[in-house]
Amino acid sequence: MVRHMLKRGAEILTDSLKKEGVEIMFGYPGGVLLGVYDQLFDVDILHILPRHEQGGIHAAEGYARATGKVGVCFGTSGPGATNLITGITNAYMDSSPLVVFTGQVSSELIGGDAFQEADIFGITRPIVKHSYLVEDVKELGPAITEAFHIAKTGRPGPVVIDLPKDVAAAKINYKPSEKMYLPGYKPNFEANTMQIKKLLKMLESSTRPLFYIGGGTIISNASAEIQKLSEMLNIPIVSSFMGLGAIPTLHTNNIGWIGMHGNYASNMAITQCDFLIAIGTRFSDRSTGRINGFAPNAKIAHIDIDPASISKNVEIDIPIVADAKISLQQTLKYVPKYNWDKNAGKRSDWLKTAKKWNDEKPFSYTHSEKVIKPQYVVEKISEITDGDAIICTDVGQHQMWAGQYYKLKHPRQFISSGGLGTMGFGFPAGIGAKLGCPEKEVFVISGDGSFLMNAQELCTGKQHRVGVKVAILNNKFLGMVRQWQHLFFNNRYSYTCLECQPDFIKLAEAYECKGFAADKYSDVDKILKESLKINDRPVIMDFRVDREENVYPMVPAGASLDEMIFGEE
Amino acid sequence: MKHIMSVLVENKFGVLSRVSGLFSGRGYNIESLSVGTTNEPELSIMTIVANGDERIIEQIIKQLRKLINVIKVRNVSKLDHIEREMLLIKIHASEKNRPDIFNMVNTFRGKIIDLNSDSMVIEITGTDDKNEAFINILKPYGIIELVRAGSLAMARGSKATTDYTRQNTI
Repeated sequence: MVRHMLKRGAEILTDSLKKEGVEIMFGYPGGVLLGVYDQLFDVDILHILPRHEQGGIHAAEGYARATGKVGVCFGTSGPGATNLITGITNAYMDSSPLVVFTGQVSSELIGGDAFQEADIFGITRPIVKHSYLVEDVKELGPAITEAFHIAKTGRPGPVVIDLPKDVAAAKINYKPSEKMYLPGYKPNFEANTMQIKKLLKMLESSTRPLFYIGGGTIISNASAEIQKLSEMLNIPIVSSFMGLGAIPTLHTNNIGWIGMHGNYASNMAITQCDFLIAIGTRFSDRSTGRINGFAPNAKIAHIDIDPASISKNVEIDIPIVADAKISLQQTLKYVPKYNWDKNAGKRSDWLKTAKKWNDEKPFSYTHSEKVIKPQYVVEKISEITDGDAIICTDVGQHQMWAGQYYKLKHPRQFISSGGLGTMGFGFPAGIGAKLGCPEKEVFVISGDGSFLMNAQELCTGKQHRVGVKVAILNNKFLGMVRQWQHLFFNNRYSYTCLECQPDFIKLAEAYECKGFAADKYSDVDKILKESLKINDRPVIMDFRVDREENVYPMVPAGASLDEMIFGEE
Repeated sequence: MKHIMSVLVENKFGVLSRVSGLFSGRGYNIESLSVGTTNEPELSIMTIVANGDERIIEQIIKQLRKLINVIKVRNVSKLDHIEREMLLIKIHASEKNRPDIFNMVNTFRGKIIDLNSDSMVIEITGTDDKNEAFINILKPYGIIELVRAGSLAMARGSKATTDYTRQNTI
């Protein structure tokens, strides 16, 4: 017999979290959340207390992206909620599943400019997949069930639930229900067979086909299908920055990643292919370069679960609205019905050409033992972790070097703020990733600018014994902006020089974490190995690298992908 | 090119701001938007008139469909449809030119719904073109105030925007 129980909103909330299988949440309490936090005190969910709400939500996203589960975070009303905005936007841009709870002032005070009141429903409207202002405690249970469903299905994204104080305190007879009524939400998982056949027909006649895979292939877990198809038919693969890790860096058909700082071979492959099969990618400007120079010789098929991503930036010839994995499984089923022998030779020549471009111009830098080259640090991290660590990055030059020089092996291994480009993302994301995957080594590759944007999370890492390693590629510059000033603004380094910075060792020690610093080339390996011995708190490694190293190749803004510049050497 | 979209939405908190915000946020121009409940009180239909080439309109429709509370979007201008807009126009009207104005109002099948010694308010309903023509004809008399309701549109035939599968309980 199902007994109806009189429950408070806060209890319904925690019951719902348990029902959704939430094991970890990231939250910062506050006035209107007192009731909710009183309830959380007795509930068996690991609550991580960040030292700034932004740290909390980035950690929730790092957790979500490393594990594939929904990230959950809490912030109080007003400033607590507004501090979450960057994190919500970041999750929206990178399609990460988050359920974000914000406290709200009591219903009767809403609209009256009460203490710590902010219209978070309105503020977050353009940056959420969906949102709720729970006006009645009856709506709370269903709202949470829907929120989790919406956050993780289709193209994932953040869902905000704004919860007024009185709603959390109100009591009702509560019976949990799995039922949802979402008449306007029906993600399409299976592809239209006609479209699959069109794709295969086009592929059959193509002599220079190319896979272009994005973050969606990681979300839908489509790596195996892509590799299989690629290996069967000798089709080279390039990825977007967000697609890094979907296929191992060293997979024989993996040509690299495209875009502004992608490799030569990938950008050439895009430019010269005759049939581009884009999967789970949104053709961002950083990936495509000048749009009318993008894949100028190619017909394009695009598989994406989000119809609005199709033909948004680039006109698509064969649109396929579907889940990447499911549609590729469908495709694989039909493959034997086509004649692949006819162009087999040409396809294999094309694959060889793409690989040859990589041999001619791989990612490269001028090696030096007199200074620490930032690329060398990344190579070393890759080496000592055997390409098996989860890599979280901040934003800037170090982010690109991380993408260029770490040899990834698995999906969900590379966690970076791709769409929004959020400095300060990496360290908290690394904490979240490590909490989600404690058995994995987690390295944050950061910069001296980015790291300081959420350095307070050292405290969180210490408190919760999170053994995350942070490698700061310290050039005392906002390096990427400086690089643009160097290339396009006549070396006028306007406010990009970070002359004043903390002693990172002392900073780490102040939080009872471990700090290292390296000035010499020979220190790099030593310090990295030392760091692996510490697993109960964050480790900060201050690598003082060659200050004016630039990221190459580079497709300048407004240029097409084949118009790369390769540096001064 | 002008397009009229019929957007079926759930009558939920904030749905109007989601729709209108989508237009401003993505830089689409909205010409008019009118909204009201349907014969089913939990549903509303928004009629949106927007300008843009095919590509933009297609993108607008896709973005609208992405909103969770949007159940259905139809580009009514692609269907055989009827379109109506209501205007209220207040104009200067002296005793001397009243008969002329009465005549024009009759020709355009409008109604005079308020009359003062020196002004009157006219109600008129029609297509965009007709209403524009009427406004132009009245201009010389001096328009004091003009209020437009925004276009409403409905496809001809027995199908309805409110037709959708209701068994969507997951």
